[in-house]
Amino acid sequence: MKSRTIKVDYLARVEGEGRLYVRIKDNAVAEVRFSVFEPPRFFEALLRGRKFTEAPDITSRICGICPVAYQMSSSQAMESVCGVTVSGPLRDLRRLIYCGEWIESHVLHIYMLHAPDFLGYEDAIRMAKDHPDVVNQGLKLKKIGNDLMVLLGGREIHPVNPRVGGFYKVPTKEDLLRFVKPLQWALEASLETVRFASSLPFPEFERDYEFVSLRHPDEYPITEGRVVSNKGIDISTDQFLDTFEEIHVPHSTSLQAKVKERDDYLAGPMARYCNNFDRLPEVAQKAAKEAGLSVVCTNPFKSIIVRSVETVFACHEALRIIKAYKVPDKPYVEVPPKAGVGHGCTEAPRGLLYHRYEIDDAGIIKDARIIPPTSQNQKAMEKDLRQFVQKNLDLTDEKLTWQCEQVIRNYDPCMSCSCHFLKLDIQRD
Amino acid sequence: MEEYAITVVGIGNAYRSDDGIGLYVARQIESLALSGVRVVEGIGDGFALLYAWADSDHTFVIDCASSGASPGTTYHFDALGESIPSNLFSGLSTHSISVNQVIELARVLNRLPRGLIVYGIEGKNFSAGIDLTTEVRQAADKIIERIVVDIDSLINHYVTGSGNA
Repeated sequence: MKSRTIKVDYLARVEGEGRLYVRIKDNAVAEVRFSVFEPPRFFEALLRGRKFTEAPDITSRICGICPVAYQMSSSQAMESVCGVTVSGPLRDLRRLIYCGEWIESHVLHIYMLHAPDFLGYEDAIRMAKDHPDVVNQGLKLKKIGNDLMVLLGGREIHPVNPRVGGFYKVPTKEDLLRFVKPLQWALEASLETVRFASSLPFPEFERDYEFVSLRHPDEYPITEGRVVSNKGIDISTDQFLDTFEEIHVPHSTSLQAKVKERDDYLAGPMARYCNNFDRLPEVAQKAAKEAGLSVVCTNPFKSIIVRSVETVFACHEALRIIKAYKVPDKPYVEVPPKAGVGHGCTEAPRGLLYHRYEIDDAGIIKDARIIPPTSQNQKAMEKDLRQFVQKNLDLTDEKLTWQCEQVIRNYDPCMSCSCHFLKLDIQRD
Repeated sequence: MEEYAITVVGIGNAYRSDDGIGLYVARQIESLALSGVRVVEGIGDGFALLYAWADSDHTFVIDCASSGASPGTTYHFDALGESIPSNLFSGLSTHSISVNQVIELARVLNRLPRGLIVYGIEGKNFSAGIDLTTEVRQAADKIIERIVVDIDSLINHYVTGSGNA
């Protein structure tokens, strides 16, 4: 009987704290655990008793890399309770700040966190020694995303300007036009990023995923749409909890989501891409094809190419919005509180982010539920690990450990986001 | 004298007690309204440091240290000539890179300013609140004096020398 253990106690180049453990017995994977040990932060409990207008500011603190996603999902949920729709230039500005977040988050992951894996570097600093031009390009591209967030959000981390109903203050046309040149450069740089990403060496690994994302009739989804999958899900956001459930596993402080009727699913760039290739602008479709991607990508290591294609989309979409922008009469729509339950679902850079709130007539939050993308992807990560290790048992422990870490980093996971909740089981004997 | 471009960067969270000591130093220096000196705070993304010092000749960075040493212990690094120990400063957030990492990245990319002095002040209390521990603030006050002397000498050097301080 031969036994091997692959252990990484503190995963590097991921947001938050997680570890992985794989036990191999008699040349077969016996156990796989991806554990998040980030302390729970109780955001859902914290929201109870607060005003409905505070949800975007409070929930944005869940994540420093995708705060806009939290602001948008919570605002959408509150507006749906109160029967208000935000449309026109305000809706476009929401998409625009979200494009900024996609750019900065995707580019950070592509260049600083994920690329070193493929090129054999421990981190981006070591990679920068040999590839300074690549890293400098990534830094410049990321900054344009950050700058868009500063312009529309007031600051890049935890923006203060978005609110339920729209924004506190909207930019002038001139403010936005200043971004045309940088974004034109960014579009070219993102196309270069796709070429760079596609040149990396990828392990051979495919899996039959259930891809879950939003789908909108006219647009590549960011801020709204129906929740769909390539295996038959097609629901409105208010049916989310009828279709998906979260379970608590002993080894993780983060809940794991699954499709009720089936099992794990994948949210994020690969899911959006698979379900919405036809909604990408021509420039992004062409870049994807030239990079060797078909309309579906089932190799999770190639998510770096998909993220790059989505960066092309985000730059293109930002330019489109800026060119069409007309300053709205008012920076926000009035949202008078109304008792009820509302749901919000938008596409955070790393996947679907679902919010559900119950508020009373005075607009006080009675109940809150947040399902972030990393919770949704945890089961898929464990399944990837299991299958990847089983297929690569001939690798040395060192190489296998490196690639197992990479399997997790493929998801650009955000552990802090996923740990807002603690299920407490009390056993009484 | 605006072209002398000295930047003072205070790092920290003012609502986490001693973690805000870097901001305290930066704000005290800002209140002196020294000519040619720009004060930057509110940096939440470590990469932003690259841009904070991009157009300045000399930069001072002040952050709270948390290495287990006694509160008020101070550290001084000439970052051009030495690396900063990785255990001294925690990350700006778990989402971003730390001060020492961004300095090492800048070193590799040849994006350090001409002068970069980093001060660390060991903190004691990191709980929610705005009060600074006495010994931590006293240590900060000494650093403020030292930075002011350094700035004065840099500016004199500019005025009397070739500008290559």
